[in-house]
Amino acid sequence: MSTNETLFDASELTVSMGPQHPSTHGVLQVKLKLDGERVIDAECVIGYLHRGVEKLGEHQTYGQFVPTLDRMDYIAAVSNCLGFCEAIEKMLGITAPPRAQYIRVLMTELNRITSHLLWLGTHALDIGAMTVFLYAFREREEILKIFENYCGARLTTHMFRIGGTQYELYDGFEDQVRTFIKDFPKKVDEYETLLTQNRIWIGRTRGVGAITAKAAIDIGLTGPALRGSGVNWDIRKAKPYAVYSDFDFDIPTGSMGDTYDRYMVRMEEMRQSARIVSQAVEKIPAGPLMAKLSKIIKPPVGDIYHSIESPKGELGYYIVSDGSTMAYRARVRPPSFVNLQALRQMVAGHMVADVVAIIGTLDIVLGEIDR
Amino acid sequence: MEYAIDYVLIPLIKIGVVFGALSGVIAYLTLLERKVIAFMQVRLGPMRVGPHGLLQPIADGLKLMLKEDIVPARADRWIFTLAPVITLVPAFIVFAVIPFGPTIHIPAIHILGAAIPARDIGLFITDINIGALYVMAISSIGILGIILGGWASNSKYPLLGALRSAAQMVSYEVALGFSIMGVLMMAGTLSLVGIVEAQRDSGYWYVFLQPLGFILFFICGVAETNRAPFDLPEAESELVAGFHTEYSGFRFSLFFLAEYAAMIVISSMAVTLFWGGWLRPFPNVAALAFLGIIPGIGWFALKVLVFLYAYLWFRASWPRYRYDQLMKVGWQILMPLAIANLIVTAILVLVFGGAK
Repeated sequence: MSTNETLFDASELTVSMGPQHPSTHGVLQVKLKLDGERVIDAECVIGYLHRGVEKLGEHQTYGQFVPTLDRMDYIAAVSNCLGFCEAIEKMLGITAPPRAQYIRVLMTELNRITSHLLWLGTHALDIGAMTVFLYAFREREEILKIFENYCGARLTTHMFRIGGTQYELYDGFEDQVRTFIKDFPKKVDEYETLLTQNRIWIGRTRGVGAITAKAAIDIGLTGPALRGSGVNWDIRKAKPYAVYSDFDFDIPTGSMGDTYDRYMVRMEEMRQSARIVSQAVEKIPAGPLMAKLSKIIKPPVGDIYHSIESPKGELGYYIVSDGSTMAYRARVRPPSFVNLQALRQMVAGHMVADVVAIIGTLDIVLGEIDR
Repeated sequence: MEYAIDYVLIPLIKIGVVFGALSGVIAYLTLLERKVIAFMQVRLGPMRVGPHGLLQPIADGLKLMLKEDIVPARADRWIFTLAPVITLVPAFIVFAVIPFGPTIHIPAIHILGAAIPARDIGLFITDINIGALYVMAISSIGILGIILGGWASNSKYPLLGALRSAAQMVSYEVALGFSIMGVLMMAGTLSLVGIVEAQRDSGYWYVFLQPLGFILFFICGVAETNRAPFDLPEAESELVAGFHTEYSGFRFSLFFLAEYAAMIVISSMAVTLFWGGWLRPFPNVAALAFLGIIPGIGWFALKVLVFLYAYLWFRASWPRYRYDQLMKVGWQILMPLAIANLIVTAILVLVFGGAK
């Protein structure tokens, strides 16, 4: 073996991390340039999971397109569904009845908890704390059971319809949700006992992948990644949609914009989501589930941009209608895609081990990035 | 004839027993690890193979042996083959000097008219007067296999893993050596049997006299064995599988066995040096003499098990250190503490006298 043609011919080592790597959360490829353990540069290669979701939107009716969208951010399928349904409702000039609106908020917030739990488990696992993963999945399972009871699916739920929701709540739904929500904040405390004060955890996350508020806004970060830098921007508060203005909840923000702050923000968001759910479940109004709308959905000619706060950040839909049953253009603004752009800036100068921590803290889902 | 029995037959039997027992213990340590961690993570662990998964290690072993043995195309074939062996052999031969129990007296027995005279048999393969040094020396050879394995794979993740482990082991080896010196000075011997006997004579386990030394020893020991939270060389989430990424099948299992054997070595050394080896708790308190009902080897096994459990507990609880943090802990915290411990112990031994 001649050394010239193998490893040590260059002072920097290029490592292709992914697309098959345990910590790239899917099929992300990161081309790392390393100087020993230090990262000089990181280049993301995406597209391994491209399924042409946006193009499919041009060849499926609006109603048919909704289940396809569930496959984008499959961790938070309910949010995807909500955003699109609301966008089309906005175009049609209708609003879903209050009962449907409350169910939507309730389910979306439960889904936010599952998404954050999955993030917590995998993020901690990336940094080497394996037990949190199992604890987080224990609670996630309870929520998925609620989803399954409600609509039959656990992950790609297709929970809402344009104009409302299809399914009535099942018997015992309220009790099941109440039981879960009562215990959940204690469970979050339990996760925190394993991590928040742990010296190694603090050492691995404090100051890692720090990004200033200005840089975060310049890149277009949204969601917990932005709020970790101290920017109080949450679409649920800033441009309330659905019935979020009816609820009392706080938007946690960080200050240093590092991985630890983003971790704390998400932990607190889980508690706040539980707060919203506990309020929502108590005041679900009676009434119809679907607004009155024609069987064939034909939005008027025009375009619309509607965005919601998905667990990962701002999930926007830009829909252009030519008046037919199918969208002329269905563009998605996926939060993970935009957030991933920050990776290069965040990892520069850090070590290999930090790359996985930073990928974890950005909370990306490749299904959404590649679409 | 006597010579042959004393110096060939009995040692051979001992080696056979230790080797066999050790292999079994390692196999079931893997099951214990999965069960203990499963318990901590509110799940069951292996349940399918045999009752409560008791036959799982056998199934795993068979699986590993039947797997295809892959050598990467441009790997250095010789070194690639040799590396796991270099790692495994030292991990096993260290046990030659570990005292599992005291010397026991076997009375004369008559078999078929032939009289086998009474003799004393030590529950250790051999007792050499540089036992502690031997353990330190041999166990550091294992690292060579890891470095070679990572290098010979001709692959980037293994190389990074090997680099990490080289740096890590060199750093922690030093602190590990310093941390046991306090014990050696107090016992006045390097013989492991002698150290346990010194603890018996003084009446205290050395952990009570050398608490800092013990803590340093165990931290460094965990780092030496590449276990969480110091499992950087094989950090799954970063380096895929670290130095053994390219290894499969039986070769991989050799690395695997070596890691678990090293865990047992460190646990045994901790017990021997600090926790009184085969001695019962509080060997100087006569009121506790009933504890002697458990033979010395039982106490030894029990104590080792406690340390092995601690290993698994660490793994389930803690995140992983980063490379630079690991170096910082090793050189800036553990090393100064170990040297301070050494100096203070040296002064105290000078003032109050050692074991002798």
